[in-house]
Amino acid sequence: MSTVAQKQGFLAVLWDYLTTVDHKKIAILYLISGGFFFLVGGIEAMIIRIQLAVPDNNFVSAGLYNEILTMHGTTMIFLAAMPLLFAFMNAVVPLQIGARDVAFPFLNSLGFWLFFFGGIFLNLSWFLGGAPDAGWTSYASLSITSEGHGIDFYVLGLQISGAGTLIAGINFLVTIINMRAPGMTYMRMPLFTWSTFVASALILFAFPPLTVGLFLMLFDRMFGANFFDVSMGGNTIIWEHLFWIFGHPEVYILILPAFGIFSEIFATFSRKRLFGYAAMVFATVLIGFLGFMVWAHHMFTVGLGPTANAIFAVATMAIAVPTGVKIFNWMLTMWGGSIVFTTPMLYAVAFIPSFTAGGVTGVMLASAAADYQYHDTYFVVAHFHYVIVGGVVLGLLAGTHFYWPKMFGTMLNEFLGKITFWLFLIGFHATFFVQHFLGLMGMPRRIWKFLDGQGLNLFNLISTIGAVFMAVAVLVLVYNIIITQIKNVRVGNDPWGDGRTLEWAIASPPPFYNFKQLPLVRGLDPYWIEKMEGNTKMTPAEPVGDIHMPNNSFIPFVMSLGLFIAAFGAMYQVDWRASDGESFVWAIPVLIIGLLITLGSMAVRSLKDDHGYHIHKEDLLKDDEGGRE
Amino acid sequence: MATQQSTSANPKVNYEYRRKKAAEEMRKHVTSFALMIFVTLIAFIMVLAGFDKTFVYPVLLALAALQVVLQLYYFMHMSHKGHGAAALFLYSGALVAFITILTFLTIVWW
Repeated sequence: MSTVAQKQGFLAVLWDYLTTVDHKKIAILYLISGGFFFLVGGIEAMIIRIQLAVPDNNFVSAGLYNEILTMHGTTMIFLAAMPLLFAFMNAVVPLQIGARDVAFPFLNSLGFWLFFFGGIFLNLSWFLGGAPDAGWTSYASLSITSEGHGIDFYVLGLQISGAGTLIAGINFLVTIINMRAPGMTYMRMPLFTWSTFVASALILFAFPPLTVGLFLMLFDRMFGANFFDVSMGGNTIIWEHLFWIFGHPEVYILILPAFGIFSEIFATFSRKRLFGYAAMVFATVLIGFLGFMVWAHHMFTVGLGPTANAIFAVATMAIAVPTGVKIFNWMLTMWGGSIVFTTPMLYAVAFIPSFTAGGVTGVMLASAAADYQYHDTYFVVAHFHYVIVGGVVLGLLAGTHFYWPKMFGTMLNEFLGKITFWLFLIGFHATFFVQHFLGLMGMPRRIWKFLDGQGLNLFNLISTIGAVFMAVAVLVLVYNIIITQIKNVRVGNDPWGDGRTLEWAIASPPPFYNFKQLPLVRGLDPYWIEKMEGNTKMTPAEPVGDIHMPNNSFIPFVMSLGLFIAAFGAMYQVDWRASDGESFVWAIPVLIIGLLITLGSMAVRSLKDDHGYHIHKEDLLKDDEGGRE
Repeated sequence: MATQQSTSANPKVNYEYRRKKAAEEMRKHVTSFALMIFVTLIAFIMVLAGFDKTFVYPVLLALAALQVVLQLYYFMHMSHKGHGAAALFLYSGALVAFITILTFLTIVWW
């Protein structure tokens, strides 16, 4: 196999991406599909806001509104935010720790395709009789009585994509523990790697409860079990617990990598070492631990009793402490730095007040007694959009601008980037700030329409106008991406000029083997250290030698496709909930065929040895003489 | 783990030293094996003797936990160097599981 890139036709490129095990290409796949689902979720959000723009509106029907609202939440969390974070983790983390790939390249590909097919399955519900309609939390007493197949799509789709996420999380844990370059100790890892590490640990512990909950729901809905059916001796509260034991760590799975991206951006564009690095690491780990001890704060009004409520309230408030440590460390990183206001830095600076506002309302919601007032009002909606949009989405947009050159070798237009930023920031605050007051005025969340003369008109209209600003901002970003890729102006390894970590020490995009020689890491921000000593390159830790690479494989795609097919069989095998009472004889065979495809491809993978291949030293040296591209 | 294997296979490492280490390891194995048999005996006797259930259940659980710890440390090599990450994740997982079970026992089922 030659290392010299050749001009390829469209089909060859497509085949390459379908079979790739390269973390950089998988990152691009995550970015494209996560971006696609982000647009889908965004359209759903716009429909919600149009429906609520004026009182007593009839833009969508009540049933369709419930479906759109459910799918907006589910899509944004599971199919947009997480994959987009995985895109940056895949693109950057192996480079930041000086590795040639993740620990299990094959599993990396499998994780992506499972997520992808799960997401497609979930969204096919729109065309196959109606989407899930019990909210993204899908509380059991509501969802087991939901008619049609909507909830079945939710359960099976999330089960498949959740397996992919779990695989991806384990892969990053193993990668970060085992594949760090010589000298890259734990306390020299960049903050983005650290937050990926902690987020992956949270995935490892948080996704199994979701899997269990979904399995119980699956058996209740499709195989006649009664885990959640109170009239049959079940307990509907168990779903709520299982969901939130997963669901609360999930929000930290989302926000911690965003914290990591911002930490990199603050240090880079303040041209200073991150203030309080050790405290930042400690705070990240502490947030991870505390994240598992607070889930019942989503259930204060369930009636857990004052003791349980008090314990979970105090634990929740405790999380504000490590988060506050991080906020102050970012501000002190900027203090006295020589700051450059690039687009990523603008996002980072705007993130601090936006996220802090969301954090403060979080502490308000954490006091159990007051929560009885806030519960299920727009105040809660405002709170979690302030942390998720003001934290995670700003982080994703910042990361898109910051890491775009490393992923694609081109630089997004800064002027358009700043337009996106301002439109998005203004739109975001206009949309969600007024929702605090709507909530305090008593507007319930998930409501289809509100009536005139209740004082809710003005703020709802402002909120919708804000949403239009955000939509325009996203369109400008898409336009920016398209013209940037058409112009295709190539950039060097360190286009921001102030890169501190290892990923900026190699070409953009990096060669498929990443590092010809593994770098020697001599401290925190290793590339910065070399720059300060006048070196243009990292000091190598090994002589040039053969590099062992994994072969591409189509098996992950087939394995995931099998589960996708099997899910249809599982869903239609008993159709006793369908309103028209249809039954399908093909369902069981389809279930079996799907599972056979998955098990068969697993068998092929296990029985057929795939030792990969070597890039020879001579070819590597040839690359140096400009043989590449 | 990789470093552990390479040092023990290193011919430069003193043969006598390695022998002594192996003997120590063996002694620990045998001791903990005997201890585990003893603990199992206690468990059986407790049940056979028909003690009060409120006494037997917690003691049985405690003995089971002891068995797991002995197994992990003396037979699955967690006492060796380089198992810090595994231990951290094991204990974190156990903690999360414990909190979950505790919550279910205290506020869901009772």
